Amino acid sequence: MNPFRYERATDASSAIAALVQAPTAAFLGGGTNLVDLMKLGVAQPDLLIDVSRLPFNRIELLPNGGVRIGAAVRNSELAADRTIRAHYPMLAQALLSGASGQLRNLATTGGNLLQRTRCVYFQDVSKPCNKRVPGSGCPAREGYHRSLAILGASEACIATHPSDMAVALAALDAVVRVLGPNGERAIPLVNFHRLPSDEPQRDTVLEHGELITAIDLPDLPFAAHSRYRKVRDRASYAFALVSVAAALDVADGVVQDVRIALGGVAHAPWRAWKAEAALRGKPATEETFRRAAEAELADAQPLPGNAFKVPLARNTLVRTLLELIEEAQ
Amino acid sequence: MTKLITRAIGAPLDRIDGPKKVTGTATYSYEHLPEGVAYVFPIRSTIAKGRILSIDASAASALPGVITVLSHENAPRLASLDNADLAVLQSAAVAYYGQFVAAVVAETIEIARQAAGLVVVHYEEQAHDVELRDDHSSLYKPARVNPNFETDTASGDVEAALASAAFSLDQIYTTPTYHTNPLEPHTTVAMWNDDGVTLYDANQGAQRIRDTVASTFGLSPERVRVISPYVGGAFGSKAFPHPHVILAVMAAQVVERPVKLALTRQQMFTAVGYRTPTIQRIHLAADRDGRLTAIAHDVVEQTSTIREFAEQTAVATRMMYAAANRRTTHRLARLDVPVPTIMRAPGEAPGMFALESAMDEMAIVCGLDPVEFRILNEPEVDPTSGRPFSSRGLVACLREGAERFGWQQRSSTPRMRRAGRWLIGSGVAASTYPARQRASTALARVDHEGNYSVLLAASDMGTGAWTALTQIAADALEVPLERVHIEIGDSRLPLAPIAGGSMGTSSWGTAIVEAARKLRTRLHDEYGGVVPPEGLEEIGEVGDNPEAQNFSMHSYGAQFAEVRVNIDTGEVRVPRLFGVFAVGRIINAKTARSQLLGGMTMGLSMALHEESILDPRFGDYVNHDFAEYHIATNADVGEVDVSWIDEDDAYINPMGAKGIGEVGIVGTAAAIANAVYNATGIRIRDLPITLDKLL
Repeated sequence: MNPFRYERATDASSAIAALVQAPTAAFLGGGTNLVDLMKLGVAQPDLLIDVSRLPFNRIELLPNGGVRIGAAVRNSELAADRTIRAHYPMLAQALLSGASGQLRNLATTGGNLLQRTRCVYFQDVSKPCNKRVPGSGCPAREGYHRSLAILGASEACIATHPSDMAVALAALDAVVRVLGPNGERAIPLVNFHRLPSDEPQRDTVLEHGELITAIDLPDLPFAAHSRYRKVRDRASYAFALVSVAAALDVADGVVQDVRIALGGVAHAPWRAWKAEAALRGKPATEETFRRAAEAELADAQPLPGNAFKVPLARNTLVRTLLELIEEAQ
Repeated sequence: MTKLITRAIGAPLDRIDGPKKVTGTATYSYEHLPEGVAYVFPIRSTIAKGRILSIDASAASALPGVITVLSHENAPRLASLDNADLAVLQSAAVAYYGQFVAAVVAETIEIARQAAGLVVVHYEEQAHDVELRDDHSSLYKPARVNPNFETDTASGDVEAALASAAFSLDQIYTTPTYHTNPLEPHTTVAMWNDDGVTLYDANQGAQRIRDTVASTFGLSPERVRVISPYVGGAFGSKAFPHPHVILAVMAAQVVERPVKLALTRQQMFTAVGYRTPTIQRIHLAADRDGRLTAIAHDVVEQTSTIREFAEQTAVATRMMYAAANRRTTHRLARLDVPVPTIMRAPGEAPGMFALESAMDEMAIVCGLDPVEFRILNEPEVDPTSGRPFSSRGLVACLREGAERFGWQQRSSTPRMRRAGRWLIGSGVAASTYPARQRASTALARVDHEGNYSVLLAASDMGTGAWTALTQIAADALEVPLERVHIEIGDSRLPLAPIAGGSMGTSSWGTAIVEAARKLRTRLHDEYGGVVPPEGLEEIGEVGDNPEAQNFSMHSYGAQFAEVRVNIDTGEVRVPRLFGVFAVGRIINAKTARSQLLGGMTMGLSMALHEESILDPRFGDYVNHDFAEYHIATNADVGEVDVSWIDEDDAYINPMGAKGIGEVGIVGTAAAIANAVYNATGIRIRDLPITLDKLL
């Protein structure tokens, strides 16, 4: 661990200005991932600007019926929020399935989006890793990759994004609000995280100096009927092997609308556009669900150690949709 | 053997060290802060085999606060290199990934750790060999297996019995590498003065650490003192000294200041031992009635190139079940890996996974209920040694366990019980552990006010020894608990064996009973029961239990598991575990329950979760933290119920108590694997039982 300076931001614009001037500085939220990475030597910021006390700690209803979640809202607060639980249950479930109670009490909404992969090679500076040291190689592809990607990976990197929360947000069409040196911009969550391509060192489209201020959820009435199902190697405190966030709107036995995202399968929360397209207007049956899941997973490129994720994702998606139907009846 | 009259023994007494621990006033080794202390951070090799060509410590040494950087180029020579793993910084050779190649000593732990990252080590790397295979070219027969068992046993003609058997089975079972992972990391605080060196150290036996430090540094044992009253878990990894202890003592010597060293979790995956992976082949043969005619258990496992450790994996098979034709063997591969060590029921835990899985399979082959199949093959005497059992409660445990678990409701056909999307199954397995005793001493003292002290270098690594020994001492001295004060955890106290092999309480307790007997006798005979003003003390000294030459002595148990397996995902849940144990007399009903419950939880963790992943290209364990090396969480542990039968063993020790530290671990994994088979029809012979194996 290297020495670093610590500053507590008093307002967003000065925090951004300070970061812009310091090319190897980092914003600090809850620190539940960044501080670990600093101890391991994976992250070596020379300046931490603590943004956890900026006034982005509220959950507000928007005039358009949506909800704005401040970037500094703690994961445990967000999971317990009545509006979230009533209107976006998949989000509350996703939050509660992640980490531990202690970590959720510290972790922020903005920070959760910026978690880095838990690939074992990324977290060990004695090993090569293209994400940590571009061009050094990827030992995971021919090594230990049980928890790594089956979709959207590249030759350079097969990492998975570890967040549960982001998977629900991807399904919910959330929008990330960002403040930067050039003002504000809004990034749809599904465009926020990148696929690795030949630049695996870049997890997101954020530029240095940009600060997440909030996440907006659109009004999506049928999301009140949604769920998050996480499958992992133990019952608690483990990252997803596969997870499914799904909201389903069925009338007269026909799928009117649907939102699906998969976790644990890719470098980004994986919005299941193909599965959604295969479901809309179709009868809400197990057979349709299975075909939709298979359509989504047709592009999967599993490795020997994670090939099980393909049937696991298929089964979990089909079962989650069936359970949403059962629940509605 | 004169049996103790029990009053305090058996009571569910709260831990006497409990209030100190929950209020944070029990001082663990790393919490000691000697004046002028410096901090040590080890640097580990990043190759599995080769030589250090050069070490560039210039950047590290230039960092303000760095006192020195130690390596084989400048480290003092040790007096003894007998234990090659403890020959820390004595040569340029690298024998495994993670071996200590250098260390930084600095004013703060942060500086030491930063400087460690600045040390550049150049290696000449050689091809390494780290993968265990059952056809490995280096397989050899060790002279003995841990702690001192015969490597192989054979009687009758296994092959002929197999050839003529009505029923037979030939299967291979494997267990992966495991790391002990106590919550408290390995820590040593070392301070030299004119009299020698004093250590605050987390271990399972202060005198063993003392003796090793003394011989390694060429000191007489009196010049080394090791203080270890409170230890935050060990599971075998703190029984023998590991390189960090030597490094701390060396660093304190070099910088002429006290030093502190705490291993990181990642370092603990290469520096403090682990359980060898095992490849176990089991042959069983039975006649038409299901009586076993042959049992063979052939084990392949690993050791390091620099020091041998041979796990006694097949030893329990030597006495579990009757059969005229028998064989057990152990073969080791010498690999470029860290030195394995004892861990949570070494031998029995992996060995009984294989045997008890095979017994379940064989019961099915024979068309018998797994409980009845085991009872049918109960031996009358130890089938290998021919000795009678001092007591053997396996059948009683199986019967009582089956009754209370509701074994009759189980369907013998797999996939017959279901709740929603979950398949439900039940399984059973036997457990066992040797009931051993080692030489020990204890000093019992009384002052003129009638306050009693009992002193011995015993160790409580979280097991409850502080409390159990107080209960034994109170009954042995025939005084109320409040009048007895125990002192343990210091190498200057009277000689006592380590906490290990489930023999601490048996060994220490027997010595306490002997010391108390002598003290009471002398007080009565010489002083008429009136304590003289200067007080009175007596040393009790006991050897190994002489009855061990006449009897086969073991704990037994029966473990029952109910599992649920998700049809869609293969997730395994264990809603219910029930263990019934025959372990002699229980010293403390509360701590005993905790130990057995904890053991079964470790067994569950072994069944479903634990596995150290070796990347053969590096020779390193890559899942080296608690996020990736999975140990069962609270959410994984359902209802765990523990029971014991009344067992009166007249030969074991004056307390009539068998060790309970490890028997709870043994058999759990097989019970769960057998239940998974009952639920799904899928037999998992390779631990852990992860969901991908059940999809």
